[in-house]
Amino acid sequence: MSAVRVLVGTKKGAFILTSDAKRAEWKVSGPHFAGWEIYHVKGSPADPNRLYASQWSGWFGQLIQRSDDGGNSWEPVGNQFTYEGVPGTHQSYDGKPHPWEFKRVWHLEPSLTDPDTVYAGIEDAALFRSTDGGREWKELAGLRRHGSGSAWQPGAGGLCLHTILLDPSDSERIYIAISSAGAFRSDDAGTTWKPINHGLHSLYIPNPTAEVGHCVHRIAMNPARPHVLFMQKHWDVMRSNDSGDNWHEVSGNLPTDFGFPIDVHAHEPDTVYVVPIKSDSEHFPPEGKLRVYRSRTGGNEWEPLTAGLPQSDCYVNVLRDALCVDQLDPCGIYFGTTGGQVYASANSGDSWMAIVRDLPAVLSVEVQTL
Amino acid sequence: MIRVQLPAHLRTLAKVSGEVTVAVQFPASQRTVIDALESAYPTLKGTIRDQVTQERRPFVRFFACSEDLSHQSPDTPLPDSVQSGKEPFLVIGAIAGGRQQ
Repeated sequence: MSAVRVLVGTKKGAFILTSDAKRAEWKVSGPHFAGWEIYHVKGSPADPNRLYASQWSGWFGQLIQRSDDGGNSWEPVGNQFTYEGVPGTHQSYDGKPHPWEFKRVWHLEPSLTDPDTVYAGIEDAALFRSTDGGREWKELAGLRRHGSGSAWQPGAGGLCLHTILLDPSDSERIYIAISSAGAFRSDDAGTTWKPINHGLHSLYIPNPTAEVGHCVHRIAMNPARPHVLFMQKHWDVMRSNDSGDNWHEVSGNLPTDFGFPIDVHAHEPDTVYVVPIKSDSEHFPPEGKLRVYRSRTGGNEWEPLTAGLPQSDCYVNVLRDALCVDQLDPCGIYFGTTGGQVYASANSGDSWMAIVRDLPAVLSVEVQTL
Repeated sequence: MIRVQLPAHLRTLAKVSGEVTVAVQFPASQRTVIDALESAYPTLKGTIRDQVTQERRPFVRFFACSEDLSHQSPDTPLPDSVQSGKEPFLVIGAIAGGRQQ
């Protein structure tokens, strides 16, 4: 492994940043798909030249783009996401039934082993899969039909399926998360699903410990220890030691436990990163200081990482898909802000530098270790 | 031949510059023109109208001969001067905003 490629989705296009393993000097290409909202770009672990991008606009809707050469050229593939059968209704913001309607693709998760297989998490929340490189998409409808779908309500950003985790130790196991329904797990490759929200406590819903209805913002795992999951919830940072069956809070000494992204160090399964945000009504860092918090104890004890990050008058947000880690040693950490900066640390978070700034608002950041 | 003007984003997507023309049986309608466009440029599927319901996307409008045709039935024949190729059929991304003085 001698290089990294950072895939950045923004409100007005995609950008690709490349560097050698030192991660000190960067080349920026883009904007790709200029003027379109690029919700997510992700590469196939099985073929790093295969990339998938979710391209969306309020005028012209959804497109899925595919690259077979590491982002040098792109080809639009299938963009028809049709719910299986009669889709029925979920709940609207006002609690009334609302028909399921496709709006956009939030997240694309390529298979760990097959470049042509890719999962899509969409709004209104559902999980789709393509097995032909994105040309055709089929819903894994067992998720919406597991029983609680009609009770799901949207979070502030919509009823979105935003997180898809594939278990590297078990090809049948998939985790997903939905705002604002919660986390779910399938142990049969997506055919059937169960909610995995025991231990979550959400004061903003009628029953704070309900089986579904929690606004989970993001889930992360270290591939070497896939049964341990970390979660950034609307409020609270949580941990599960049993594949999501039970969760306990590990917010500890964080200045605020509200936030969006969470990720785990590539080589240290108990080293976790979050970006605390002041509150759900003030989506910016506390005190105007942009701080990544790192726990080296699997939660509860957190330290602020500030070197190279603005420590005054900073009022950006870091969205749920905009934090990631590379596979190099020392591990590289990357995140993008709604102010258009992408920050990188080549030393597990000890120090940071802006590897690009003044982009459009960053929606997602993924990294490939090449 | 029907002349069609696409908005910039759709021209980029279709890899065309300027106006395009599509062959449509007389009398051409919104539906038959969009059918022909999608056939000639498959990447436009879903960007002008919904792929399942075939309804015009909410922020896309159809104009011709200084008239907004967006709310006409998709099967209404287009104006004669569009049929004859004298005037283009315009696909427009709606413009919103502004303030009345």
